[in-house]
Amino acid sequence: MATDIGFGSLLITLIVSIYGLGAAVYGEKEKKKAWILSAKQAMRLVFPLLTISIISLLYLLLTDKFEVVYVQEVSSRSMPDYLKITALWGGQSGSLLFWSWLLAGFTSAVTLRKWDRDQDFLPWVIVVSLATLAFFVLLNTFFENPFIRYWETSEGIARAFSRPLGGVPIFPSDGRGLNPLLRHPGMIIHPPMQYLGFVAFIVPYAYAMASLITGRTDDRWIQLSRRWTLWAWLFLSLGLVLGARWAYDVLGWGGYWGWDPVEISALMPWLSGTAFLHTVLIQERRGMFKQLTMVLIILTFNLVIFGTFLTRSGLLSSVHSFTQSTIGPIFLAFISLILIVSLWLLNKRWNILKSRQVVTSYFSKEALIIISVVLFLGILVTSFWGVIFPKISELVTGQKVTVGPPFYERVAAPILGGLLIIMAICPLAVWGYASFKHLGRLLWKPFILSIVGIVLPLYAGMTHWPAVVAFWLVAFVLAVNAIEFFRRTKLRRKKHIGSLWESVVHVFNKNRRAYSAMIIHIAVVLMALGIIGIEFFQTETQGTLPEGGELGLGSYKMVFEKLDVFDTDGGRNVARAVVSVERDGQIIDVLYPRRDYFYDSGQPMTIPGVRSTLVDDFYVILVDWKAITAESATFKVYHNPLVKWMWIGAWIFIFGVVLATWPDKKIKPFPVRS
Amino acid sequence: MKKILIWGGVVLLLLILGFGLIQSQQGQIGRGELAPDFELKSFSGETYRLSDFRGSVVVVNFWASWCDSCKPEAKDLEAAHKYYQPRGDVLFLGVDYVDTEPEALAYLDEFQITYPNGPDLRTKISQAFRIRGVPETFIIDQNGVIVHVQIGPFRSLEDILSIIDPLL
Amino acid sequence: MIKQPKRILTLLTSVLILVALFPGSAVAQGSDPTDDDVNAIAKQLYCPVCENIPLDACGTTACEQWRGIIRDKLREGWTEDQIKAYFVDQYGDRVLAEPPRSGFNWVVYIVPLLVFVGGIILLYFAFQRWRTAEPEESSRKGVKRAADSRNSTDEYISRVEEELRKRSKG
Repeated sequence: MATDIGFGSLLITLIVSIYGLGAAVYGEKEKKKAWILSAKQAMRLVFPLLTISIISLLYLLLTDKFEVVYVQEVSSRSMPDYLKITALWGGQSGSLLFWSWLLAGFTSAVTLRKWDRDQDFLPWVIVVSLATLAFFVLLNTFFENPFIRYWETSEGIARAFSRPLGGVPIFPSDGRGLNPLLRHPGMIIHPPMQYLGFVAFIVPYAYAMASLITGRTDDRWIQLSRRWTLWAWLFLSLGLVLGARWAYDVLGWGGYWGWDPVEISALMPWLSGTAFLHTVLIQERRGMFKQLTMVLIILTFNLVIFGTFLTRSGLLSSVHSFTQSTIGPIFLAFISLILIVSLWLLNKRWNILKSRQVVTSYFSKEALIIISVVLFLGILVTSFWGVIFPKISELVTGQKVTVGPPFYERVAAPILGGLLIIMAICPLAVWGYASFKHLGRLLWKPFILSIVGIVLPLYAGMTHWPAVVAFWLVAFVLAVNAIEFFRRTKLRRKKHIGSLWESVVHVFNKNRRAYSAMIIHIAVVLMALGIIGIEFFQTETQGTLPEGGELGLGSYKMVFEKLDVFDTDGGRNVARAVVSVERDGQIIDVLYPRRDYFYDSGQPMTIPGVRSTLVDDFYVILVDWKAITAESATFKVYHNPLVKWMWIGAWIFIFGVVLATWPDKKIKPFPVRS
Repeated sequence: MKKILIWGGVVLLLLILGFGLIQSQQGQIGRGELAPDFELKSFSGETYRLSDFRGSVVVVNFWASWCDSCKPEAKDLEAAHKYYQPRGDVLFLGVDYVDTEPEALAYLDEFQITYPNGPDLRTKISQAFRIRGVPETFIIDQNGVIVHVQIGPFRSLEDILSIIDPLL
Repeated sequence: MIKQPKRILTLLTSVLILVALFPGSAVAQGSDPTDDDVNAIAKQLYCPVCENIPLDACGTTACEQWRGIIRDKLREGWTEDQIKAYFVDQYGDRVLAEPPRSGFNWVVYIVPLLVFVGGIILLYFAFQRWRTAEPEESSRKGVKRAADSRNSTDEYISRVEEELRKRSKG
């Protein structure tokens, strides 16, 4: 019954989307407003419709309907309810439905705003959104249907939605259970955030396309989509950070980013999206680089679809990717379609998009932003190339090759350095005309302050020059931002009455965008600290210890106290070690690294014990690939300096983006000192 | 000029993706296809080239010592080898996929396997047969054509014999 | 052309690799290698059974056997390079974290380099062009506006601007 409702509403969504698409085109062509309004209603309807499908699937998961293939594959009786909900995106077809649902959410939400000033965009926004949605729903209906079920037939077990000839429904007693790696709190919110970030880019893309199609290429589409873009960017960033956190907490290799192809395919839209946000700034302020802005939003949306294609088509194999699937060819056709149509439209409007570009100085804000955009694109090109090269190599030479972390890091590390320099200078640079002299006047104070960033590491005995440079850059950016904020507040204080706090709040409110940007940049710098810590200073050791045995790493020492092996509910067998951490002969912490073995899926999961401080993380893994007995166990220990700043920075980053996205409030009149 | 370059790049990219997709979706080399020729250097040092054995039925078995589902079929394969050995026109070749020599030798010893086995150097053979995992077995007739592809282990000795017997 | 990337490579990676190798770079011949010595090499290798996970973190039986091989070879006094070469001979180029620098694989290193150099040249010429372009009426206004809002001397104007911006956003 629930399968019928779920699939039925999926089918209706497909029909409604296609109808809306057709109605919008027809209405626009024949100048019949009623048709366009009808298309708008159709677009508003897709979200509630897919919600019915999602609820049906959730119902099937929560009530253990193992006769449904998807439920049998990703769920099991012993799983707690919150995991059964998580299982919604734990497999290919379910997560595709979830993806379509989120996409429908954004699509429907767009219809809710007032369109009176932008009637000309409306039909095309509908066409682009509904075409994309129709494609994903099509995948769900014909290729990856989460509602098909098991049937017993004369030729064995069949998987079909409707009863095959002579088929008898069968009811498996239990399911295979969710992949243990996904049974982690981080995994419960990482995919939804990541998907939200991906699908939200549909809105700016649809507006951009509408602007290209109508030829109305002023800043209007950017104004309309700015907030949507920021939300998309926020979710994408959140998704990346949560994914990193999940890797750090669950994958058990002491790091959070492994340059895995799937990680990269999530990073790529973020890179181009970030570049897009920055060129939008120039376009808004100076009316320049309209072509580049357009190229970047097209690139971003294409990379979103491309990333989804990479993960889901079976082109790449990775820890993250879904199993072999038949959707590859049709997905490729869709990518080709949107790529070619976008480029064709871009080509058609290329001349209208031309703007008089005047950049008088390398040190003006727009010049610095352009340079940083190029740097972002540098990482993007390298990442893209690294991801597809193994395929090219296999096609050309027949040899399989790996393109791993060293390849990407060699490019990303210096570029990150360059970006930090620009981040330091940029808040002080002005739009339009700027000279080095002018900039120098503003820069010397923070520069002197930032010397601390060189002296301190050297004093601490650091001889590793790239790290010293990196620390200096961090100090420099922080100093610039702190001094700039202080300067502005002081300026404000001179002219107005009121408390210091009021001044701070007012300075902030008055130019909220600039200050949120400042916060975001400071956050990035803090995250850079975490990256520096792990890239340059991570150390590790491994050893097999008897009970009471010790393993030293740097100034730390861990003592293996005991090991308990027991079963818990949820069908897992847990081996949990008790490890005390000592420093200078004092016990400073007790950690519980563990290895969980899941009976239903036969897979292990390694959960490290971590002592995390602002200075460093002491990260202990109970190594699973050596026999674990009560008498002796193998431990791998990592010392990860400064990693915590990665997460602190991430939260500040997200706070900054939320601040930038927050709706404008009316500014209260402020008493002015005459 | 610039335009041609850009469109050319787009088409090239899509072609790469397309061919990549075709390649990754291709299953194992199929029945009726000519088996790709290969050279296997056995653990004991002899070299076997597939094309030298036209006129014989060749059974190419991919396995590894770390592969648990390879173990049940190991003794059946050896028994089949013993069964056909007197005839002399059925050759069994074991291709050891991504394995380490000491463990591989221990495995051969454990199951007392006597037919030639050798490592799949640089994974060339497994790539040529496009295997997806181990165990997989390809049975090649006297003309070098693949007549049977076994994915996963054989269930019994009879299973193996029933495929090879009709070829002789 | 071929020498260039190699030098950059050594310069930039040596630092990273040195750090990674630090705990176990010196193994006396014949002595029993520690887990750290094994991991230092395993870190740089990828086994085809678990793609994209470095060998030192991979939990499959196959990978454990590989680490055993590294240990045996170290015990026999092999150097790191010899061991890596052995793995390449046995299992192909894909065991390395990066494609070996030979033949067609050069493409993977040269393309980003070309893009980088090309990008710099393009950007340079673009800046030259943008500099010499005649400033337009509108962009001159832009300069003024920008300067104003930065110095925030005139409260009134900037507040009006703020209002205007909000209105235009609808």
